[in-house]
Amino acid sequence: MTTTQKTADLPAAKSADSAGTPLLQVKDLHVEFHTRDGVVKAINGVNYSVDSGETLAVLGESGSGKSVTAQAIMGILDMPPGRIPSGEILYRGQDMLTMSGEERRKIRGRKIAMIFQDALSSLNPVLSVGYQLGEMFRVHQGLSKKDAKAKAIELMDRVRIPAAKERVNDYPHQFSGGMRQRIMIAMALALEPDLIIADEPTTALDVTVQAQVMDLLAELQREYNMGLILITHDLGVVADVADKIAVMYAGRIVETAPVHELYKRPAHPYTKGLLDSIPRLDHKGSELYAIKGLPPNMARVPAGCAFNPRCDRAQDICRTEVPALHPVTEQDGTTLVGRGSACHFWKETIHG
Amino acid sequence: MADLDKQGGTPEQGGGDVSESSTTAEVEAAFAKTVDRGEPILQVRNLVKHFPLTQGILFKKQIGAVRAVDDISFDLYQGETLGVVGESGCGKSTVAKLLMNLETPTSGQILYKGEDISRLSGRALKAVRRNIQMVFQDPYTSLNPRMTVGDIIGEPFEIHPEVAPKGDRRRKVQELLDVVGLNPEYINRYPHQFSGGQRQRIGIARGLALNPEIIICDEPVSALDVSVQAQVINLMERLQDEFNLSYVFIAHDLSIVRHISDRVGVMYLGKMAEIGTDAEIYDHPTHPYTQALLSAVPQPDPATRDQRERIILTGDVPSPANPPSGCRFRTRCWKARARCALEVPDLAVPAEFRYVEGPAHHDSACFFAEDKPEVTHPQEPPAPEDPARGRAD
Ligand SMILES: Nc1ncnc2c1ncn2[C@@H]1O[C@H](COP(=O)(O)OP(=O)(O)OP(=O)(O)O)[C@@H](O)[C@H]1O
Ligand SMILES: Nc1ncnc2c1ncn2[C@@H]1O[C@H](COP(=O)(O)OP(=O)(O)O)[C@@H](O)[C@H]1O
Ligand code: SF4
Ligand code: SF4
Ligand SMILES: [Mg+2]
Ligand SMILES: [Mg+2]
Repeated sequence: MTTTQKTADLPAAKSADSAGTPLLQVKDLHVEFHTRDGVVKAINGVNYSVDSGETLAVLGESGSGKSVTAQAIMGILDMPPGRIPSGEILYRGQDMLTMSGEERRKIRGRKIAMIFQDALSSLNPVLSVGYQLGEMFRVHQGLSKKDAKAKAIELMDRVRIPAAKERVNDYPHQFSGGMRQRIMIAMALALEPDLIIADEPTTALDVTVQAQVMDLLAELQREYNMGLILITHDLGVVADVADKIAVMYAGRIVETAPVHELYKRPAHPYTKGLLDSIPRLDHKGSELYAIKGLPPNMARVPAGCAFNPRCDRAQDICRTEVPALHPVTEQDGTTLVGRGSACHFWKETIHG
Repeated sequence: MADLDKQGGTPEQGGGDVSESSTTAEVEAAFAKTVDRGEPILQVRNLVKHFPLTQGILFKKQIGAVRAVDDISFDLYQGETLGVVGESGCGKSTVAKLLMNLETPTSGQILYKGEDISRLSGRALKAVRRNIQMVFQDPYTSLNPRMTVGDIIGEPFEIHPEVAPKGDRRRKVQELLDVVGLNPEYINRYPHQFSGGQRQRIGIARGLALNPEIIICDEPVSALDVSVQAQVINLMERLQDEFNLSYVFIAHDLSIVRHISDRVGVMYLGKMAEIGTDAEIYDHPTHPYTQALLSAVPQPDPATRDQRERIILTGDVPSPANPPSGCRFRTRCWKARARCALEVPDLAVPAEFRYVEGPAHHDSACFFAEDKPEVTHPQEPPAPEDPARGRAD
């Protein structure tokens, strides 16, 4: 088996962009943190891409590196202790890690905006919501105070905050969790970005409010034809909104696939284990399938495949060789567009 | 609010018309009875908990009350798991604390084996506490970081030395560690040396120490990673069979609640909206709130996403300090009519289903209840296509 090639060029999904360059592409990204206890290799080769109008879901458990990847894209990593030893982050084909600071500033925050999990701590508590929304227009577009406020009200309306005109001068704590998250969305939308990165945007919300917020996000994405990177650990949310999925484990992408394919035929034992552990009606009363063991401590990632201590399929090679992200094919070798699996035994996993 | 005066009532007020036995010895004797499987072991009647809202620092003036739990009744049967679901702030944890005697109800009763336990003190209270234990939501903050695992799990023995004599404790604790799947040699370690899932096991071991009959679980797996949740759920189900436990299982993950529960109660703003068997609630919800809640849950199956009818509620949950008149759900209910603002619907089998048999025949607090099986979408993940995608056993 040719298992040791470091990166695999996956057949890219049909790009919506005419040029064929993805809107955003992350290539073999590495991020490490230099801490007192040594070097934490938080990201060890992340590859994913997203196009305009497309939703990429990044799925993984806590600590798997979802947020660190997003922070690297947004340029908000703590550096130091963080460091990016290698990798590329291409916006419309241009590497943001090597471009000039001025070029970068034109992209981050304007073309790419981010929504955080915890809206309350990402809004300034002593400034009114209207002021914070208006600031985007005053700073970036040089609008007058009055015009910026009018824009802020328009945006609040847009994200369905009732009585926006009356509430524009209220402070963040005067809004409910769902409304604060909608204000965050308004803020991200203000400059009409091409791409939104949403890091667990609804994890802190109740299901009925979560449904409202996801619904809003999907509608706005369609309307503006934005790319969306949705970071989550919720297999339900992913199934509901994603076009394609990148599964992360211990700082790497272990599987990529279009959404229907992934749920139907996972090609990585970790993905398969996650799907099998969903409670199913026909198994009520019997044991749930459970992946054994625990996610690894990122300061001591197991050698070889990081999943090997928990994997039922693990062989000797898994304990010594890091599996590359192999292109996944049908049994007869036909390519499966957009599919990849970082498992030495992906064939056995998908084709049984 | 007149109700509030009753708060912190004396123990003698407790039983009242319900139990005549008032001496501690009689109460203790009642607690020693065994309850047959399927008989009620806990009966909650008209339970109310209002937290006073005060103003002023020196002279506290009451300006209102948070109606966290507002007239709730339900039974827990011996050997069953009763799931309790509902959105944040609806009163789930307050119910748990009331059942555990960690809060005193404003009014209402909690009957354990027929005795009201909500206003007990002294020996009788100690006797109940032995039999009703709790597992908390957050495995990171609920364990004392300065105590060893052995001390944490063995702490209940300090209060109830009769369960394990001093010389026997270490062995008992090691047995408990083994029962919950932790290495007995970890007895001298501290909580920070364990992962979330392992800490939750420590919490469960502690809950089991006194051989309780009932365990109240408040979001026992919510803080855990997906791949670890299944391990803890399996453990809890195994222990239930092994030790003949009854569970009240509070959670917001509706698919986990369905997996583990025999019956499910749905709470909204301090009230029980609907209660029934898992199939009745999930496949034939008749209360609009339950229908909306179920339809909002994202299904882990992309094949169903365009077929599902989704009810997107508008607005947020109102404040429990100022709940709507009549039916609490009316401000978000698409079926609300004039009557809903005037009268509070009872939790009972709705008139239209009273004389029909079948799954719609269950308690639902709505004047216009309707069986709406179509809102519950297929719960099935896709059928395994390749033979290897079964369960690895
Ligand atoms: N000690 C207290 N003093 C005042 N209000 C309280 C107190 N404890 C709870 N409450 C209020 O009572 C209501 C119900 O709270 P509870 O903690 O029972 O909700 P919950 O259903 O467990 O929510 P969650 O899903 O967020 O855990 C909330 O409005 C809460 O703010
Ligand atoms: N500032 C930091 N210093 C050291 N380690 C960090 C820092 N930020 C994140 N990490 C580590 O990087 C890994 C990935 O974290 P993160 O991306 O936040 O995970 P998640 O997938 O939950 O979003 C974790 O092991 C985390 O502890
Ligand atoms: S490479 Fe080996 S250990 Fe890793 S997932 Fe595949 S089979 Fe399991
Ligand atoms: S009683 Fe009225 S407001 Fe309440 S749930 Fe039923 S229809 Fe809706
Ligand atoms: Mg994160
Ligand atoms: Mg709670």
